[in-house]
Amino acid sequence: MAGIVGYGAYVPIYRIKVEDIAKVWSEDAESIKKGLNIREKSVPGRDEDAATIAVEAARRAIQHADLEGTDMGAVYVGSESHPYAVKPTATVVAQAIEAGSRLMAADLEFACKAGTAGIQMVMGLVDSKMIKYGMAIGSDTSQGRPGDALEYTASAGGAAFILGGEKKDMIANITHTVSYTSDTPDFWRREGASFPSHGGRFTGEPGYFRHITGATKLLFEQTGFKPSDFDYAVFHQPNGKFPINVAAQLGFEMRQIEPGLMTPIIGNTYSGASMIGLASTLDVARPGQRIMVTSFGSGAGSDSFAIEVTENIDAKRDRIEPVREMVSKHKTYVDYSVYLKNRGSITKT
Amino acid sequence: MRDVAIIGAGLCKFGERWNSGLKELMAEAGIMALEDAHISSHDVEMLYGGTMASGRFSGQEHVAALMADQLGFKNIPAVRIENACASGGSALRQGYISVASGIHDIVVVGGVEKMTDVTSSEATTALGGAGDQEWELFQGITFPGLYALMARRHMHDYGTTEEMLAAVAVKNHENATKNRFAQFRKSITIDEVLRSKKVADPLKLLDCSPISDGAAAVVLAPLDIAKKYNDTPIKVMASTQATDTLRLAERDSLTEVKATRIAAQKAYEHAKVSAKDIDVVEVHDCFTIAEIMAMEDLGFYPKGKAGKAVLEGETALNSKISVNTSGGLKGCGHPVGATGVKQAVEVVWQLRGDAKERQVDGAEVGMTHNVGGSGSTAVVHIYKRAD
Amino acid sequence: MERASASLWRKIRSRYNLVGNECQNCNTPYFPQRVVCRKCGRNSKMVEKQFSGNGEIYSFTTVRVPPDTFKDEAPYFIGVIRLEEGPMVEGHVIDNGIAPKIGTKVRMQFRKMYVDGQEGLIYYSFKFEPL
Repeated sequence: MAGIVGYGAYVPIYRIKVEDIAKVWSEDAESIKKGLNIREKSVPGRDEDAATIAVEAARRAIQHADLEGTDMGAVYVGSESHPYAVKPTATVVAQAIEAGSRLMAADLEFACKAGTAGIQMVMGLVDSKMIKYGMAIGSDTSQGRPGDALEYTASAGGAAFILGGEKKDMIANITHTVSYTSDTPDFWRREGASFPSHGGRFTGEPGYFRHITGATKLLFEQTGFKPSDFDYAVFHQPNGKFPINVAAQLGFEMRQIEPGLMTPIIGNTYSGASMIGLASTLDVARPGQRIMVTSFGSGAGSDSFAIEVTENIDAKRDRIEPVREMVSKHKTYVDYSVYLKNRGSITKT
Repeated sequence: MRDVAIIGAGLCKFGERWNSGLKELMAEAGIMALEDAHISSHDVEMLYGGTMASGRFSGQEHVAALMADQLGFKNIPAVRIENACASGGSALRQGYISVASGIHDIVVVGGVEKMTDVTSSEATTALGGAGDQEWELFQGITFPGLYALMARRHMHDYGTTEEMLAAVAVKNHENATKNRFAQFRKSITIDEVLRSKKVADPLKLLDCSPISDGAAAVVLAPLDIAKKYNDTPIKVMASTQATDTLRLAERDSLTEVKATRIAAQKAYEHAKVSAKDIDVVEVHDCFTIAEIMAMEDLGFYPKGKAGKAVLEGETALNSKISVNTSGGLKGCGHPVGATGVKQAVEVVWQLRGDAKERQVDGAEVGMTHNVGGSGSTAVVHIYKRAD
Repeated sequence: MERASASLWRKIRSRYNLVGNECQNCNTPYFPQRVVCRKCGRNSKMVEKQFSGNGEIYSFTTVRVPPDTFKDEAPYFIGVIRLEEGPMVEGHVIDNGIAPKIGTKVRMQFRKMYVDGQEGLIYYSFKFEPL
């Protein structure tokens, strides 16, 4: 099956601490930090959106894969914060990586799993030999209503994966993928609404946990794998706690999910979340190791992947900055007022 | 080529002229120039009108025809000259060429800008059109921003200081207190300049010339008949102009306006004088750094030395060289299209000995220096008493 | 809508990706592109050239009084950047906590330049990030 040829992640440099948000709403920062397992979240610059983040991730992926933009036969961008309601983000990305015009491109939306849905679509095109290489991106500048619980986690970031069908290119082979889908109203945003709404505690059990376990168990069923067959696991991470809990429920150990658990230090990057987690895991994975990824998108569904790292990974290792290094090295803190300004919540009249 | 003289000069009060539109401003300066030349409207054969952005500021294009119309110059040819902030100086040069060539005898050169009918941000955007629209304005670069980039590099390369920049504004305001046409007739201190609001670091509000309304006009005639009209005609010894890239970053140097240097070299050659012969000079001080660079590029000081000279008072009225006796763009005001012509008016008055309390003692040779954009156009004129 | 979309669209390649050009007659690189080489004039032979996006700050300022299109962005840094291939270009310098100085190394990033009101287009361009 198709495999990963290169990847790149991008997280904006600005951060806001849980304490700075909690102060505004007179909430207890310590209990929030503990309850959500999150310390700080990324904040996009005023001049960043899902398209600019997607481009930065895409450029890193091209560099990592050692390919040209024109090698891409498809570009799919998954996001729930596409800058336009009508006018694709994917064309902006394709133009910015100089992909030329001979390619397929589209925007995807499936809450936080639009990016992994893109991976599955590109896999189909590669495996059917319609294209040689394709790129799937998950990128978001997610929205959290001021004062809402989501405000502590909704952040910005993205990752791009280039997939191809030739073994010699692959740093990791995707050996299997499945999805688990149902109509579940756990979280939504209507056309034209600035902020998403959610079903509170309903987002947990019937949303996140049911779909992640559903997809993961289906993957096990179809492949015969069990948790101990994987060196690493990455789950969608709307906060720092859910992925730990779902991993435990499924029988994974903490050490398997730790490399890909990014939300405690960058927040929930929505479409970017499980993909940045995978990128960060690939940064440390060695040839022959296995990674399991299960994303989650509200509304709702999960995509699950079984991935096997190839010996090519080491040769490309130093071509881009590792995710954790990028996140810890390039950051600058903002306070709540700058955060509001960056989000465009306060403007000069 | 014939020798050319200025036989009449006129100006209107610069500033926020709430009661006056384009027509009133032009008429005020134009009539004063005609009276000064002792000619009637019907004597004028050709008009060159300098204005930068009347369309943006007043919604009015076709300004030369309007000027001729409003001044009663019936049916004569009239041409608008637009060269950004050097529109006035460029119009003067066109007038000079048309008289020198022998095609016309009596030519009026007018300059006008009515800038206060739009918001200051609209004015900022309009002035930005003097730079590269696609690669400077699009990036959010303002005109103070462009000169700030030059100032920063000048400070880095030559040790020019913010105090030296401030000294330009202080001197020009001091001169403006002695000019009844000036927008600001108020002395300021170096400390006030340094403490004024930052616009584009290191430039502060008082480093910047203001947004102004105003008009200026001169009447040109062949030198050999000039005395018929005026007892003290002023001979135009040289009229030169040069260009450079529109975009600042593409120039050979950020700390020199090469167009100024080239135009000045040619002007000195044509007039057969050197910088040390100049008694009075009006330079284009749209920003304080611009005056410092102009003093260097015009050859009055070696590169990097003008800032210190200004700070030490060498360019004040009746010192080593009297610079911007009108108050310059900073003190007198900067209605862009009018500025280049106003500079000529000031030098005419100085060379005639009519500059009253700001008179430069024994002024014989004068110079004007008008710049468009961030240095894409420079126009230099040298003048001498011809009586 | 301030401008016809085509006026900005036609520069997209250069703005998104620092695509400039070079005169094959004298090997002078240009960014932004020139139709005619400054040195060779009518003998110029221009071909496209991709610039790396690496450079250093040659001069800089902080724009505090912006044009209307940037009113919510001010104050912002503007730099003259000397690209490693030679040409100098004006551009936004991203505020990433590293104070710009003359000589600071920078790298191109892809950012929003400005947004045409609530309903107009979003214009993207290069900006420079201090390293």
